[in-house]
Amino acid sequence: MLGQEFVSAAAIAASVLFILSLGGLSNQEKAKRAVWYGIVGMALAVGATMFGPGVGGYGWMIPMMLIGAAVGTVLARKVDMTEMPQLVAALHSFVGLAAVFVGWNADLERRRVLAARLAESGTEGFSAFAATLASKTPAELTFLQIEVVLGVFIGAVTFTGSVIAFGKLAGKIDGKPRQFPGGHWLNAGAAILSLVLAIAYLNGAGFWTLLVLALLAFFVGWHLIMGIGGADMPVVVSMLNSYSGWAAAAIGFTLSNDLLIVTGALVGSSGAILSYIMCKAMNRNFVNVILGGFGGTQGEAAEIEGEQVSIDIAGVASALNDADSVVIVPGYGMAVAQAQNAVSELTRKLRSSGKNVRFGIHPVAGRLPGHMNVLLAEAKVPYDIVMEMDEINDDFTETDVVIVIGSNDIVNPAAQEDPASPIAGMPVLRVWEAKQVFVCKRGQGTGYSGIENPLFFKENTRMLFGDARSSIDTLVPMID
Amino acid sequence: MKIGAPKERAPGEARVALTPESAQQIQKLGHECLIETGAGVAAGFADEAYRQVGVSVVEDTKALWDQADTVIKVREPTDEEVDRLHDGQTLIAFFWPAQNEALLERCRAQGATVIAMDMVPRISRAQKMDALSSTANIAGYRAVIEAGNQFGRFFTGQVTAAGKVPPAKVLVVGAGVAGLSAIGTATSLGAVVRAFDVRPEVAEQIESMGAEFLFLDFEDSQDGAESGGYAAPSSPEFREKQLACFREQAPDVDIVITTALIPGKPAPKLWLEDMVEAMKPGSVIVDLAAEKGGNCDLTVPDERIVTDNGVIVVGYTDFPSRMATQSSLLYATNIRHMLSDLTPEKDGVIDHNMDDDVIRGATVTHAGDITFPPPPPKVKAIGASKPKPKEKEPTPEEKKAAEHAAFVSQTKTQVGMLAVGGALMWLLGQVAPPSFMQHFIVFVLACFVGYQVIWNVSHSLHTPLMAVTNAISGIVILGAVLQLGSGNWLVGLLAGISVLIASINIVGGFLVTRRMLAMFQKS
Repeated sequence: MLGQEFVSAAAIAASVLFILSLGGLSNQEKAKRAVWYGIVGMALAVGATMFGPGVGGYGWMIPMMLIGAAVGTVLARKVDMTEMPQLVAALHSFVGLAAVFVGWNADLERRRVLAARLAESGTEGFSAFAATLASKTPAELTFLQIEVVLGVFIGAVTFTGSVIAFGKLAGKIDGKPRQFPGGHWLNAGAAILSLVLAIAYLNGAGFWTLLVLALLAFFVGWHLIMGIGGADMPVVVSMLNSYSGWAAAAIGFTLSNDLLIVTGALVGSSGAILSYIMCKAMNRNFVNVILGGFGGTQGEAAEIEGEQVSIDIAGVASALNDADSVVIVPGYGMAVAQAQNAVSELTRKLRSSGKNVRFGIHPVAGRLPGHMNVLLAEAKVPYDIVMEMDEINDDFTETDVVIVIGSNDIVNPAAQEDPASPIAGMPVLRVWEAKQVFVCKRGQGTGYSGIENPLFFKENTRMLFGDARSSIDTLVPMID
Repeated sequence: MKIGAPKERAPGEARVALTPESAQQIQKLGHECLIETGAGVAAGFADEAYRQVGVSVVEDTKALWDQADTVIKVREPTDEEVDRLHDGQTLIAFFWPAQNEALLERCRAQGATVIAMDMVPRISRAQKMDALSSTANIAGYRAVIEAGNQFGRFFTGQVTAAGKVPPAKVLVVGAGVAGLSAIGTATSLGAVVRAFDVRPEVAEQIESMGAEFLFLDFEDSQDGAESGGYAAPSSPEFREKQLACFREQAPDVDIVITTALIPGKPAPKLWLEDMVEAMKPGSVIVDLAAEKGGNCDLTVPDERIVTDNGVIVVGYTDFPSRMATQSSLLYATNIRHMLSDLTPEKDGVIDHNMDDDVIRGATVTHAGDITFPPPPPKVKAIGASKPKPKEKEPTPEEKKAAEHAAFVSQTKTQVGMLAVGGALMWLLGQVAPPSFMQHFIVFVLACFVGYQVIWNVSHSLHTPLMAVTNAISGIVILGAVLQLGSGNWLVGLLAGISVLIASINIVGGFLVTRRMLAMFQKS
C-alpha cells in the first residue's frame, strides 16, 4: 500500500502532465510527445489511486480494467478515420454514464455512513471513499449532496446526448432536427422538475429522487440533441466534451479529489472554448445552436438567377493542367465518399508537376472540429499545405483553379452578399474570387442548412456531378 | 424611293456602299436600288452580281445622282458631287462634319439632307449602324497583318530542331475597337501582347482579350463614360508618366500598333523619335492614327518608311480599303440598318424622324438647316462609374484615442467581472465549508489554466484535442476505484461497471489520439 503523501504527489504530477499534454497540441511535432504526457499522467493517477490507502476489491477492479482496456484497444485500432466523430461521441457517453454511477454510489455510501454513525458501529467494510465521508462534518455532507446532484445531472445529460450524437453521426438516426411537440418547453419542464427533486433530495428525501433526477436528465439530453441538425454536430460534440469534463469535476468535489477537479476543469474549459470557436466560425451564438435549427430568417432570401453549368472530367483535367495554383476545399462530402486518398493522389501528382497546391479548410468543415485535417493527414497529405480559412482567404484572387469537394454552406457567397440569407454573416471561404471553380457534388441538392448556393450559378463555376471518389479517381490519370 | 450608290471618286478607295447582299435587304424595305457601273469592282462585286439581284446598273454618274432620292456613299462627297446634290435629296456617307464645315455649308445650300455615318451616337440600339466600329475592327485586324508582313519573324514562340524562336512582343496603344481587335488578332497569332489606354476601366477588356494591361498609377484617371466611351486629352503630368512608361517598353517590344485618337482633335503624339531610336532594328510600328497626323513622330501618312536604325514605320491610312470586300460587306450592312431605321413602315417611304435619337444625332443638315452639332442623346452611352469613397486614414491622435478608449472599456469589463466574481465567491464562502472552498480554488485555477492552454492549440489539431481530452476525462475512473472496496454489493457493482467503461474510454481515447497524430506529416 502506498501512503497518502505518495498519492498526493502523484496527483500533482498527473495534473501537471495533463496540462502539458493539452498545451503540447500547439503544433503537430510537439503533439506526438504531448500525448505521451497524457498517457503517463493517466497511468500515474490510476496507479497511485489503485494502490493508495483504503482501496480494495482488486478481484473486481483489475479484470474490469483489463477488459475495458482490451475493448478500447480494439475500438481504437479498428475504427476508420472517417468514423472518428462518432467514436469520440460514443466515448463521451461512457464518461457520462460513469459519472452517473459514481454519483449514485456517493449517495449510497453517504447513507451507509450516516446509518453507521447512528448505530455507532465501526467503519469496517467501508471503501476508501466511505472512510473519507466518515470524517466529514454535517455542513460538508450537505454540500456533498449538491455536488452529487450536479454530477448526476450533467453526467446523465452527457450520456444520452452523446448516444444521440453518436447515432446521428453514424447515420443510425436521421440527421434532421426532430422534437416532440412542445419543443424546448419540455426540456425546460424537465429541468424545473429536476430542480424540485434536487431540493426534495437536499431536504432528506430518499434515494429514489436521484434515480428520477437521472431519468429526467436522460430525457433532457436525448431530446436536446435530437433537436439539433447534423450540420451543428461539431458544436454539439465539443459541447458534450465540455459536459463530460464538468461532470468529472463535480464528481471530484464529491470525492474531495483535487486531481479529478483539475482534470475535469481542464476538459470542461477545453470543450467550452472549442464550442465557442465553432460557433464563431458559423457566426451563430451558442444558445442558438443548442436550441436547434436556424433562427427565423429575416425576409425572403434572394432568388438565384442563372443555371448550373456542368463539365466533364476531361474539362477539369485540362484546366488543372493549365493552372499554376490550385486550392482544394474539402467538406463533409469528401468524408462520405471516402475520397481523401484519391484527393491525396491528385495532390501528389499536381505537386510533382510543379503546381502550387493547397487546401483551404473551414473551421466547421466536416462533423468534428478539425475533421478534415485528420482525414487529409490519414491520406498522407502534408500538413504544411493545409491552410486555415483566414490563411488562405486572401489568396483566392491569385488562384487559377479551386476544386470544391463535397462542401456547400462553407463556400456559399450568400453568407456575405445576401443579408436575408439564413447564414448571412457567417465567414466563408471566398472561392468564387478564383479564376475558375469546379464543384464536385453528388447532385443538385442543397447543403445541410437547406439553402441554395449562388456559387453554383456563378459564371466561373462549373459543376462536376457524380461521386467524389470515382470522379477524382478518373481525373488523376488525366493529369500530366 | 430610289437608293443609289455611285462609284467612289477618292483615289485608292476600293470600298462601295452597296453590295448585292445589302441591296436585297434594302429592296425588302420597299426601295429600289441603283448602282453606278463598275462601282463594286474594286471590292469584288461585278455589275452582273448586282443585276442578278435586281439592282439597276446606271452607266452615267450624273444620271444616277439625278435619279436617286437617297445617295449612299463611303467617303464624304467631292466638290463635283456636292454640286450634283439637289433639293430634297438625302446623302448618307462618312462626312466628318467637324472637320468639313465648308463642305457642310455647301450641302446645306444645295438643300440636301446629309446623314453622317461617323456621327451615329454610341448607344446600344445604334450599334448595328456603328460604321466606325466596323471600320476600326477591320483596321485593327489589318494593322497586325500588315505588321506581320513587314516583320521578319514569327509571332509565336517556337522551339524547333533548327533553334528557338522567341515570341514577338506587341504593344498596342489605345484600346478602342481597333486596339482591341489588334490585341485579339496578335494574341491569336501567338504574340505576347501588352496594351495601354488612358481609360483605366478598359483594363478588364484588355485582359479579356488576352493582353497585359500596362497600368499607370495615377490619380484622377479619366472616366471614359463622360465622353461617351472615347478618350479625352490628358493632363501634362499624366502625359509625362505615360511617355516614361512607353520609353521603358520601347527597347523590349518588336511591334507597336498605335490607335490613339481623340474625337475632333489631331492625334496625340505618343511614340516619340527617341522611342523609335531605342527600338531594335527590324521592329515595326503601325500607326493607325496616320490620317489624323499620326501617334508616332516619324509617321508619314500613306507611306511606309524605314528609319536609320532599321525600324519600319507604316503610315497607311487605307487599311479598311485594303480589305475592301470585307469592309464593304460590313459598311453596306451598317447603311442598310440605317435605311431600315429611316423606313419604319417598310413601305419604301423615308420618314426622317428628327425625334429619334439615332437619326437626329447622325443628321448634320436637314430641311435647309445645319443640324450639327446634335444635342446630347437622351440615353447615356455608358453608365458613369461611381467614384469609390476613400476610406479615411485615422490620424495618429485618433488611433491613440481609439486604442485608449478600447483599453478603458476593456478594463471596465474586466474589473466589473472580477467584482461580480469576487462577490459571488464571498457569498459562497459564507455558506460553504472551508474544505469546499479549498477545492473550489483548485477548480477555478484549473479552469483558468485550461482556458490559457487551449487557445494555443492549432486549429488542425482540434480533433486530436477532443480525443485526448476525452481520454483524460476518463479520470472519473478514480471515483469508481475509490468506491469499489465498498461492502455494499450495489455500490460495488455500479463502481465495477464504471471502471469498465471508463477504462474503455481512457485506452481507446489515447490510442486513437496516437493513431491520428502519427498520420500528420510534413512535406
